[in-house]
Amino acid sequence: MDLLKIGTRSFESRLIIGTGKYGSFEETGHAIQESGAEIVTVAIRRTNLGQNSSEANLLDFIDLDHTTLLPNTAGCYTSDEAIRTLRLARELLDGHDLVKLEVLGDPQTLFPNVSETLVAAEQLVKDGFQVMVYTSDDPIVAKQLEDLGCVAIMPLASLIGSGMGILNPWNLSIIIENLKVPVIVDAGVGTASDAVIAMELGCDAVLMNTAIAAAQDPIMMARAMKNAVQAGRDAFRAGRMPKNLYHASPSSPTAGMMPPSSKK
Amino acid sequence: MIAAHINGTIRQVETGTTIFNLVKDLDIAHKKIALEINGEIIPHSQFESRILQDGDQIEIVTAVGGG
Repeated sequence: MDLLKIGTRSFESRLIIGTGKYGSFEETGHAIQESGAEIVTVAIRRTNLGQNSSEANLLDFIDLDHTTLLPNTAGCYTSDEAIRTLRLARELLDGHDLVKLEVLGDPQTLFPNVSETLVAAEQLVKDGFQVMVYTSDDPIVAKQLEDLGCVAIMPLASLIGSGMGILNPWNLSIIIENLKVPVIVDAGVGTASDAVIAMELGCDAVLMNTAIAAAQDPIMMARAMKNAVQAGRDAFRAGRMPKNLYHASPSSPTAGMMPPSSKK
Repeated sequence: MIAAHINGTIRQVETGTTIFNLVKDLDIAHKKIALEINGEIIPHSQFESRILQDGDQIEIVTAVGGG
């Protein structure tokens, strides 16, 4: 069985999806099902009080017996905010310790602030969290985060929500080669082929939100991503043929050809 | 009465109100929430014993959709 092992947990699916930007909670739940994802991210925000207090909650639409929630720190710009958010998340989810750390550095690009991320990661690991961490595709930072004890390193492929795909496969390859913990592309996947490329590079999983939620048909795209991640993983494990830059190689036998026609 | 800041809004609550009373009054007792007072997380096990003080900054959060 080709399991994805993150910290103390194991998963069959290598697709992790976010739960933001969907048209409705029903659609979110349906997309999760169709994607086969076993891990879904959630954000932590103030509870609605007053007139909306009886409205439905996202968690009512997720099969919590078969899904691992991954609370994130989206929107946090300092290590203190991120740590505070995840401590609240742990209380909210009854001691749940698997979390996604992201500390942003700039509202325009949503690039991570890696120095704040390193500070937060160190503290959260000390606090007993299993930290999956969003970061840039800098191989040195990725290694530092692994050395701090993070259980998965999640470099961006391109900007969050941009759908620009895998912009620097070389950096991702260096990170994959250097790290022992799972490397998960987080952010930038736009369509199925991007997910395939990430997995063919040797990524252990792919995390995406907008690529599914902002598709014309999110449910169908959820299925496409499930298949893409599986296809990319299989291709990676199967080991692709070598590339021959200047030499074609016929697929059909060269022997047994008829002689050239003698007809004038 | 005392004044407490709850998720950024000032509310008047009866002196002696516990967190348990507060979340019931706010109609969110049935919801999955986490709560902090003045930056300190209050475990659910302390909801019945913890009494609100004048000027308390209370944050109540839940899980929402996000990536």
